[in-house]
Amino acid sequence: MEKFTRLTAIAAALPIPNVDTDKIIPARFLKTIKRTGLGVHLFDPLRYRTDGTENPDFVLNREPWRKAAILIADDNFGCGSSREHAPWSLMDFGIRSVIAPSFGDIFYNNSLKNGLLPIRLPREICERLMADAAMGGNARVTVDLERQVIIRPSGEEIHFDIDPFRKHLLLEGLDDIGQTMALAPAIDGFEERRSREWSWLPATTVT
Amino acid sequence: MPAPAPRTLFDKIWESHVVERLPDSTCLLYIDRHLVHEVTSPQAFEGLTLAHRRVRRPDATIAVADHNIPTSDRRHGITEADSRLQVETLEKNVVDFGVPYIPILDDRQGIVHIIGPELGISLPGTTIVCGDSHTSTHGAVGALAFGIGTSEVEHVLATQTLLQRPAANMRIEVNGRLPPGCTAKDIILAIIGRIGTAGGTGHVIEYAGDTIRSLDMAGRMTVCNMSIEAGARAGLIAPDETTFAYVANRPYAPKGEALDHALAYWRTLPSDPGAAFERTVTIDATELAPMVTWGTNPEAVVPVTGLVPDPSAEPDPVRRTTFQRMLEYMDLKPGTKITDIPIDIVFIGSCTNSRIEDLREAARISRGRKVAAGVRALVVPGSGLIKKQAEAEGLDRVFKDAGFEWREAGCSMCLGMNPDKVPPGKRSASTSNRNFEGRQGPGARTHLLSPAMAAAAAIAGHFTDVREFS
Repeated sequence: MEKFTRLTAIAAALPIPNVDTDKIIPARFLKTIKRTGLGVHLFDPLRYRTDGTENPDFVLNREPWRKAAILIADDNFGCGSSREHAPWSLMDFGIRSVIAPSFGDIFYNNSLKNGLLPIRLPREICERLMADAAMGGNARVTVDLERQVIIRPSGEEIHFDIDPFRKHLLLEGLDDIGQTMALAPAIDGFEERRSREWSWLPATTVT
Repeated sequence: MPAPAPRTLFDKIWESHVVERLPDSTCLLYIDRHLVHEVTSPQAFEGLTLAHRRVRRPDATIAVADHNIPTSDRRHGITEADSRLQVETLEKNVVDFGVPYIPILDDRQGIVHIIGPELGISLPGTTIVCGDSHTSTHGAVGALAFGIGTSEVEHVLATQTLLQRPAANMRIEVNGRLPPGCTAKDIILAIIGRIGTAGGTGHVIEYAGDTIRSLDMAGRMTVCNMSIEAGARAGLIAPDETTFAYVANRPYAPKGEALDHALAYWRTLPSDPGAAFERTVTIDATELAPMVTWGTNPEAVVPVTGLVPDPSAEPDPVRRTTFQRMLEYMDLKPGTKITDIPIDIVFIGSCTNSRIEDLREAARISRGRKVAAGVRALVVPGSGLIKKQAEAEGLDRVFKDAGFEWREAGCSMCLGMNPDKVPPGKRSASTSNRNFEGRQGPGARTHLLSPAMAAAAAIAGHFTDVREFS
């Protein structure tokens, strides 16, 4: 997983509530066996017109937000399906952090596992950050994971919460599987006890 | 010694699967059943290969292709190259990693969330995951079942566990006799309309009350299926005699003495009296009516007797803008009667509503009638076994005589990933679970409703109240 430490970047505002994963990347683009190359499809229904040309009104099609690495979003961002293609497409586009009042649970988890930092902040703070984002290239926003602060262009610092375990993994760029593999003896023990206590549970290879 | 604190069904399943407690209330949770499909697994298997890892428990894993396979005759293979590659990749991975697989031409093939319960793979008290958000469906058998992303799919393949924090408990109690014409689909649409698309975020919803108890397993699965549409990763219904009768004798379920042991355990699972729920919502089933969505998320729902709402009457400015955008996309005018909205396509299928009970309901409405001129109507059974059962009951003839297409099992028109798509600008009456913009194809306009309501709409050519349908 790509590390996340400190990021200073252009922020783009997407003030639309309930941006579902079909809006982040429609299902027809999930027919891939790779994790990469999905950035071109990010926000396809918002970003492109029906003839395939760019929608000039969409924020990520405008300068300087084409280079945005922070997205300030609205309530329930990433609701809907479990597709990890959603964080993959955001990452591939160059977005490394999404700040919103609330997220879909699966999207939130998927993001953390890919080095994409989702940050929950109250609506009024998101609105202030959206105003910062609207200032464009002169207004860089900093996300400092180590200190758990967002630094507004004015210099004001805003604290955010994150699960300390997730923070550690992000800062070090560690993936979960390596962590869990270290607990293999505990899994072995659990399975052994279970095969006795839950001997009724058949294998999926029975028929 | 004080009496142990009363626990919820969720608490009991969770605690019996904790392998290790880690800091910050994160737990290493053991997974009993891992269902794998072609869309969210290729990158996970690739990750295993790159790290020289194996599948820890192939005997707790089962794979099937469902999302992007065509629902036409599949004996000659898949023509779409990218879909074919995903299915071929799955077929290679299951061989390389020794994972049990149900082939496309096998009668048992079907939508992963249909075949799990149908084959008895999904059992009470177990933990079930799949790289698909509608894994919540399996909660209907009293299992803790939730959707995961591809990184988590890889994690489960490698370790048979997941790193998770416990969800909060939410109880939705539905009481009262369901009025005629109302189904499980109408219950869950009404619930989402009440609590909203984020109403269950961070929670596991336990559905309870006498209305839920009276539902058959198909209805319970419909309810649990759409838990994620209310933001909850999992829905649960306490296992009872209805559950046990359903599970017994299924091919992958325990049998004989093993079943007796299982039953003894399963009977201990229901939430204890006095168990604490962070949130409780009560619904009076007697007040329900058949529901139809009008907007682009399942919360935007009204009774079929209702009108398309007027955004200008909405006090909250954010909701007002959202509603306006929804109406624009859906090409609907405020104040239009739902029953005056004409439709182009009817889709009866998906992991929400493609079980034999759903097909019987739709056939009951369609028998001896004709699909309206200009309407394309599809019936897509959830599995090959359901298709065979329906054919044994003559339902296929009812549908075909009425002008419906009778197709092979798969996800079909639910998600626009296979040849079954709603064309741009066309309006669909769909028994599926999501009416998001573009969900059934770019520019598609989706209205969600029950199988009976969908069949009635197919025949009328517009939405119609199934209670008055004659």
